[in-house]
Amino acid sequence: MKRLVSLIIGLLAICGLLAYSSSQLERSSGSTGDKVLNLYNWGDYIDPNLLTKFQKETGYHVNVETFDSNEAMYTKINQGGTHYDLAVPSEYMVAKMKRAHLLQPLDKSRLTGWHNFDPQFLNQSFDRGNRYSMPYFWGTLGIIYNDKFVKASQVQHWQDLWSPKFRDQIMLIDSARDIMGMALVTQHQSMNTTDPQKLLAAEKKLNRLAPNVKAIVADEIKMYMAQDEAAIAVDWSGEAAEMLANNHHLHYVVPSEGSNLWFDNLVIPKTAQHYNAIYAFLNFMSKPANAAQNAAYIGYATPNAKAKALLPKSVRDDRQFYPTQATIDHLQVYRDLSPAKVELYNDRYLEFKMHH
Amino acid sequence: MTRRKTWLYFIPYGLWLALFVIAPVALIIYQSFFDLGHHFTISNYSTYFQSATYLKMTLNSVWYAFLITLFTGLISYPTAYFLHQLKHRQFWLLLVILPTWINILLKAYAFIGIFSQAGLANQFLTFIGIGPQQILFTNASFIFVATYIQIPFMILPIFNALDDLNPAFVNASRDLGASNWQTFRRVIFPLTLPGVKAGVQAVFIPSLSLFMLTRLIGGNKVITLGTAIEEHFLTTMNWGMGSTIGVVLIIAMIIVMTLTGDQRPKGGTPR
Repeated sequence: MKRLVSLIIGLLAICGLLAYSSSQLERSSGSTGDKVLNLYNWGDYIDPNLLTKFQKETGYHVNVETFDSNEAMYTKINQGGTHYDLAVPSEYMVAKMKRAHLLQPLDKSRLTGWHNFDPQFLNQSFDRGNRYSMPYFWGTLGIIYNDKFVKASQVQHWQDLWSPKFRDQIMLIDSARDIMGMALVTQHQSMNTTDPQKLLAAEKKLNRLAPNVKAIVADEIKMYMAQDEAAIAVDWSGEAAEMLANNHHLHYVVPSEGSNLWFDNLVIPKTAQHYNAIYAFLNFMSKPANAAQNAAYIGYATPNAKAKALLPKSVRDDRQFYPTQATIDHLQVYRDLSPAKVELYNDRYLEFKMHH
Repeated sequence: MTRRKTWLYFIPYGLWLALFVIAPVALIIYQSFFDLGHHFTISNYSTYFQSATYLKMTLNSVWYAFLITLFTGLISYPTAYFLHQLKHRQFWLLLVILPTWINILLKAYAFIGIFSQAGLANQFLTFIGIGPQQILFTNASFIFVATYIQIPFMILPIFNALDDLNPAFVNASRDLGASNWQTFRRVIFPLTLPGVKAGVQAVFIPSLSLFMLTRLIGGNKVITLGTAIEEHFLTTMNWGMGSTIGVVLIIAMIIVMTLTGDQRPKGGTPR
């Protein structure tokens, strides 16, 4: 008993000591106090040099916390108790957060870099007039192929994936909306359809793809593709950029007949506190030189037209990540669907997974 | 005075039970009666039991959990038995337990490295002339990895049961002329059965809802109830349906516990 008590006291003392020293560390690194900005971002989704540069220019220290899915971010902000000044949701999540009254409108009079953005990436259906969101990066859904196993001409369109040549060769990203969307495009339907008949037809179509599907995986798809585990993958351009950087046999194609156009956006959650820092940061990030530096680091496509002009020609003319205007015109932005409709997509998709 | 003191000791235990056992289970049951629009309903249950998808998924989960438990048992019992005969058995046991200190995700990634196209397993197959095979994303690799991960949880209770076994019984059985096999079948195995049952409980239940491995190793070719729960909580945010599946799993757990539970000894059965 005595030993137990002393053990417990010892543990408590260690915990107390750790808590004290971590609070001391935080204070000395300047992460508490007024000259800060709390940024809630995806992992490794900003050039760290820019954060240092921002602090040098404005004096604000940026605390970055990361999340790995829109849903996780939503849950955390919705439950409160956090003080994020800026978050980076994808487009459908902006609409959802807006409806849940979790966002504050942007004060356009304090934004100085708005004219730098390409108008075709503004005023989208998820946030008309960009009242709440400033685009951060955009991208597409497409096909990644390995030129050791597949010729470019064999995989230019979604329908090519159904070819019996690719038996057990294809990896799919585990995302109901994207995989169902791909099947819908091959059937000339909208990626936002909520017609149960059309979704059923899409599931039937996917079931016919099943023999070609090697696996349905998440993040680890990047590692598999880099290691030549599969010949073809269906994934987002952002993930593709990372795969291509690790394996030069890989290439990315956005099928010209249509695909998804996605946006990640900077928004101000309801719980924000440091408004001067927020607007300083938004203006800093929309400066062409900074946006271009960030785009070069992350490898995603920037919606900032002046920043794109600053990128090397090989990057800005890369049709993999900056597709032609004709292809862009066929891209579709996901509309935020009601939970019942999302369920419809997920149920059909689950059936396909069971079938596969 | 002593009465009051006993009560005091009960407080932390009671709080723990209420906060971390009873409250979560109650919340899951409560949640399972609400649909997406937050209306009180039993539709989640009727959906579950009328949907071929969910029933098939349940059968799938039970089948794979059964296979994993079976293989784990077949490997663990002899292992525990031989470990128990060794001289430094606590040390060897520690080595068997050691992998549980490593995060399950890391172990899964290690297996990805071993089983991938250019991995160790395929290098070996190429070396002996069979040529590379598709190992990842097969049912067999899923069961293999799940079994590997579960083995320590089966070995430990069996080992403890063997430890508790009074050697006098074994000696008596030999003295009375029983063969090794008879001793094992009539004395050792029945007396260590509680350990096997505890192991089955520790392995079967978690195996029912494995979801990380089904994706990482199985490539979602194996769909278990865990996959569905993950999807309902994270993607569709239909917590009601997710909780319903959770309740089904809890009921399954109760059934397994009852089936493998300690039956009270009847009559003169020695314990």
